[in-house]
Amino acid sequence: MKVIEVEKLTKQFGDFIAVDHISFDVDQGEIFGFLGANGAGKTTAMRMLCGLSIPTSGKARVAGYDVYKQTEQIKKNIGYMSQKFSLYGDLKVWENIRLFGGIYGLTDKEIAAKTDELLHILDMENERNTMVDSLPLGWKQKLSFSVAIIHEPKVVFLDEPTGGVDPVTRRQFWELIYQAAQRGITIFVTTHYMDEAEYCNRVSIMVDGKIEALDKPSVLKADYHAENMNQVFQALARKATREE
Amino acid sequence: MNNVSIQHINKQYGEVIALKDITIEIKPGELFGLIGPDGAGKTTLFRILTTLILADSGTATVCGLDVVQGMKEIRKRVGYMPGRFSMYQDLTVEENLNFFATVFNTTVEENYDLIKDIYVQIEPFKKRRAGKLSGGMKQKLALCCALIHKPDILFLDEPTTGVDPVSRVEFWDMLDKLKAQGITIMVSTPYMDEASRCDWIALMKDGQCLTINTPDQIRKSFDKKLYAVRSENMYQLLQGLRQYPGTYSCYTFGDSNHLALKKGWEDISKVKDYLKEKGYTDVTIEPIEATIEDCFMNLGKEDQ
Repeated sequence: MKVIEVEKLTKQFGDFIAVDHISFDVDQGEIFGFLGANGAGKTTAMRMLCGLSIPTSGKARVAGYDVYKQTEQIKKNIGYMSQKFSLYGDLKVWENIRLFGGIYGLTDKEIAAKTDELLHILDMENERNTMVDSLPLGWKQKLSFSVAIIHEPKVVFLDEPTGGVDPVTRRQFWELIYQAAQRGITIFVTTHYMDEAEYCNRVSIMVDGKIEALDKPSVLKADYHAENMNQVFQALARKATREE
Repeated sequence: MNNVSIQHINKQYGEVIALKDITIEIKPGELFGLIGPDGAGKTTLFRILTTLILADSGTATVCGLDVVQGMKEIRKRVGYMPGRFSMYQDLTVEENLNFFATVFNTTVEENYDLIKDIYVQIEPFKKRRAGKLSGGMKQKLALCCALIHKPDILFLDEPTTGVDPVSRVEFWDMLDKLKAQGITIMVSTPYMDEASRCDWIALMKDGQCLTINTPDQIRKSFDKKLYAVRSENMYQLLQGLRQYPGTYSCYTFGDSNHLALKKGWEDISKVKDYLKEKGYTDVTIEPIEATIEDCFMNLGKEDQ
C-alpha cells in the first residue's frame, strides 16, 4: 500500500521554483530518507506533504488524502516532530501528552489510557509530573517521538530529529524508529547525518528543487562508486548551482 | 600571545553542573575543537572565555589576559560567533558589517583582506536584510562580523550545526584559510566526523572532558579490538551481537555494526561460530580502526 504518492509536485514562489516536478511513492511501513543540501527544497516539499502549503502544480496524496483539498484530513493522519520544535519545556510530561493528544483529536478517555501506556513503555512513570525542560535530552527526544505518533498516524514526518544529540542517544532513537516502522507506521525523515541515511530502506537526494537520485542506499553506493552515503551525497549535492 | 589557558574551571547553574574541573591549553595558531553533544558544556565554556559570564572557580587566560581582570582588553582581541544567530535582523548585510567594524573602532576597508574570501560570497546580497538571509549566508555574515576587527583568537560556537554535509566541508575549508593567517581558533561541534579537521580536540560530555589530544592519538588509544560486522538484516544482527557474552559494546555505524570485544574474548573466530550457530549465514567481519565516534562512546561508557 502506498502511503505517500507524489507526481510532478511543484511549488513556485514568483520566478523561483523551489520544488521542481518531483515524483516518488512511499510504501506503508517504509523508512524513507529525504536528503538534500540546505536550500534544495526539502522543507517546502515537506510543508506541502503535511498540508501546510498548497502546491503550484502536480499531484500528491498523503495517507490517501489530496494535498490540495483535504489538508485537514492529512493533518489528522500524520505525525510531525523536529529537533527545533517538539515539546513545551514549561509544561509537565503528562501535560504535554494531554496537549498533543488533544490536538491530534483523541478523547479524554483515550488520552488517559495512552498516557499510562506511553509512560510505561518509555519507563518514565516516575516522571509524570516532571517539567519537560528538566528531563535529559535523550528522554525528551523519545517522549517527543512517542507523542508525535500518539494517534497511530499512517505516516510520521521527522525533520532532523537527531541534531545535536549524543551518539548513543541518536542510536537509541533509531531503534524507536525501527519499532514504529515494524508496527506499520511509515517514516519520512530528513537528516544531515549520512550514517543515518544508511538506516533508511530508501533514500532520495534533492538538488536544486529536483530529486536527483532515489533508491536503496546499497544501490546508490554502487551507482556512484562510493564507499558510503556521504560520498554519494557529496557527489550529487556539489552539482548544485543555485543559492539557498 | 594568542593562546588560551583554562585551569580547573567549574560552573554550576543551580543544581546542574555545567562544567566540572575543565583544564585545557590551546597554543597560538592552533585549530582546537570542542567535540560533544548538546548539554556537554561547550557554550558555557565559550561564554566564560569571552568574558560574558563568570566561572564559579578556577582561572582562565585568553591572549595572556585573565578573563576577569582583563575583560575589557580581551573583548577587543577576540572574535565570537555565538551558536544563535545574533546579527541585527533588520539591518542589511552591509549595515551589519559596518556596525560591527565601527563598534571595534575600525573600518571594513582596513581589514577587508581577512574577510574577502568569505564576503564575496554574500556580497551579491549586501542590500538584503540579515533576517531575510538563508542559513548558509547568515553563517557567513556572522563569521565576517566576528573577523572584522582582525581578532587574535576566534571563538566559534557550533557554526556547522544544522548545516548540510557539503556546506560543512566548505566551512572547514574557510577555517583552514583563517588558520593559515595565524589566527587561533576554538570551535565547537556536535558532529564527530568534523574532529579530524582539528589539530587538537577535547571530547566533552555532561560538563566533563573525557579526553584531550590530537584526533589521531585519540583514535590510536582505543583500547579494545574493533570489528565491522555486516549482514542482510542489520537490525537483527545487532540484537544477536549484543547477546554474545564477549561483546563489550555493539553500535550501528551506517551500513555496518561496530563490535568491540571484552578483554579475554578477542578471538574473532568464536564470534563467527556463535553467529553461525544462531543462524546468521551471510555475515562478513573485518577488523577496523576506531573512529572518533567509537572513542566518544567508549569513553562515555567507561565514565558511567
